[in-house]
Amino acid sequence: MEIKKGIAVSPGISIAKSLIIDSEDYRIPRRSIKSSQRMIETQRIRNAFKDAIRDLTELETAQDSTASGKIKDIFAVHLRFLRDRSMRKKMTDMIQSELVTAAYAVSNVLDDIAQHFSTSEDAYMSERAADMYDIKRRLLKHLLGEKRDSIEKLTEQVVVVARELSPTETAGFNKKFVKGIASDAGGRTSHAAIVARSLAIPAVVALEDLTACVSGGDTVIIDGNRGIVVINPDSETIRQYEQYSQDFVELEHRLDAIRQEPAVTRDGTRITLLGNIEFPDEAELVLQKGGDGIGLYRTEFLYLNTETEPTEDDHYEAYARTAQILTGRRVVIRTLDLGADKYTQSKRFAREPNPFLGLRSIRFCLQNLTMFKTQLRAIMRASVLGDVKIMFPLITNLHELMQAKMILRDVMEDLDEESIPYNRDIPIGIMIETPSAALTAYSLAINCDFFSIGTNDLTQYTLAVDRGNEHVSTLYSSADPAVLRLIRTVTQDAHKAQIDLSVCGEMASEPEHVMLLLGIGVRTLSLSVPMIPEIKQIVRSVTMEDCNKLARKVLTMNSERQISAYLRNAATKILPEAF
Amino acid sequence: MQTEQDSLEDEVHETELEIRNSDGLHMRPAMKFVDIANGFDSDISVSNGQTDVDGKSIMQVTMLAATFGTKLRLRAEGPDAREAIEALRELVEEQHFDEPTPN
Repeated sequence: MEIKKGIAVSPGISIAKSLIIDSEDYRIPRRSIKSSQRMIETQRIRNAFKDAIRDLTELETAQDSTASGKIKDIFAVHLRFLRDRSMRKKMTDMIQSELVTAAYAVSNVLDDIAQHFSTSEDAYMSERAADMYDIKRRLLKHLLGEKRDSIEKLTEQVVVVARELSPTETAGFNKKFVKGIASDAGGRTSHAAIVARSLAIPAVVALEDLTACVSGGDTVIIDGNRGIVVINPDSETIRQYEQYSQDFVELEHRLDAIRQEPAVTRDGTRITLLGNIEFPDEAELVLQKGGDGIGLYRTEFLYLNTETEPTEDDHYEAYARTAQILTGRRVVIRTLDLGADKYTQSKRFAREPNPFLGLRSIRFCLQNLTMFKTQLRAIMRASVLGDVKIMFPLITNLHELMQAKMILRDVMEDLDEESIPYNRDIPIGIMIETPSAALTAYSLAINCDFFSIGTNDLTQYTLAVDRGNEHVSTLYSSADPAVLRLIRTVTQDAHKAQIDLSVCGEMASEPEHVMLLLGIGVRTLSLSVPMIPEIKQIVRSVTMEDCNKLARKVLTMNSERQISAYLRNAATKILPEAF
Repeated sequence: MQTEQDSLEDEVHETELEIRNSDGLHMRPAMKFVDIANGFDSDISVSNGQTDVDGKSIMQVTMLAATFGTKLRLRAEGPDAREAIEALRELVEEQHFDEPTPN
């Protein structure tokens, strides 16, 4: 039994057999097979070779006289290797004697040959190593592609394990059979996370080397609440998780009962609970979970999962759909926040040495006006379809805000000239996520219509900690006294300027932080949609008086550890089964 | 299992060949060699003194990395062993794989 920890990105518990999806672009880990699977794996190698030979022969004949001799040579070499019986025998022998998967045998043998060529002193020979890698990819593509197709022909429940998942790979996922997702790579906004949330199945990402530790058919537990994956659990662990899973489902049902109830404290203070979404399909879920609207629509998804830059209409369709699904409930659309950790998902943007401190988010937009205006136009066009608000991320000073507003006015003038309708009075807000913005919040507040505190980035910039860096990630905490003082300052400044304020970072989804935020003066929370019922339950279980007392006490504390312990204690008293 | 008939037809022929083209037994000549070898029924093995490889396998023949001047021992066993040896000898020593030799 092995336990691995990653990032929980979609709640729930799932216990099922694993289905591994490898990618031919990455190293194939050594995986074992059972004795009884040897025949199948051997046959799969034969099929892969047959398919590869067929493809190459077609390509070769298609080339013919028009192509240069070089290309024909390459095909000739590849075909000869593919027809080499002794090479194939080496692979099938490996399967027979070492009980490894077809993909591994192929990978291993060809890597060996490639290695041998690349160490040759002869330049021509060493170049042939590239040919071997090419042949390997071709064979793996057939082997793995066949695996991918099998996703659509599932007959039993599985948990999908992969290095990462692309839109094409997840297109065939059927909720009836795919019961959970776990990946080596990824984060909260990676495709795997998004798909899992929209299918409402548990998912854990960023497990690093999960694919190397699991063999197809292994039983796997995915704990999407705590970000844990258990491989080949022992019977005691399975029993515990089955119990936990049952408790969780019961809790969900109970929470579901208060879905349509308002989020009001016991002493009558109404709290607004909004949802954070990445794409239109999640808007439906906001309503299902009893949210009052969307407090953060992250628009990067439009850029991260396609090959080409989205057009104005691509933007518009997404925003329009969302606004229509929400029918009059607020939709806060945040302009492009590309940069830093999201660079790794989009290969188009060049890497910087200090991405978090670099050309990201609004700065990037202000230096790429064509792209920025395209998005702004789409948002403005959608603004007539509902209660749409626009929000600029990472505003660090007044000048930046003024620039962004000026660009927006330009866009409005353009639309006027084209006689395209939009909401002239669209509320304009900003995200407070840096110390500079937090410390000058009042001057920003009198120049915009609302704030949303992005506690994730605010915490990182304030504490100077990259929470994605495993060496220092334990230093990251939103319950740090410095961060809390900034949150309070911002809340007070917003109140003074009489503008709306919400908190939209992960802190808003954390049960142990709800009372604190309410006590500091926050009345609107925008959170992870699946968590809305639970947070609502907490709101309905507390009094504002208790929250105020708690916040006052916490703000006198100087140690994050002391604060965390105190908050956990208070929270457990209120909603024992959530902890 | 070999019948009496088989063992009568199975011949073994051997010869020694010297690589005469400047660039040695790189990919293109290796492919020619293997193509010709695969045209015969006999088992064909090639040795460079250190390793024995299957003359019909492009993977194994290229691994030999036989350079100009290398002496290879060729062994064919089967009904057309003599023809096989002859064809391969012609390719290596007379045609030099249709490649330039040092002059």
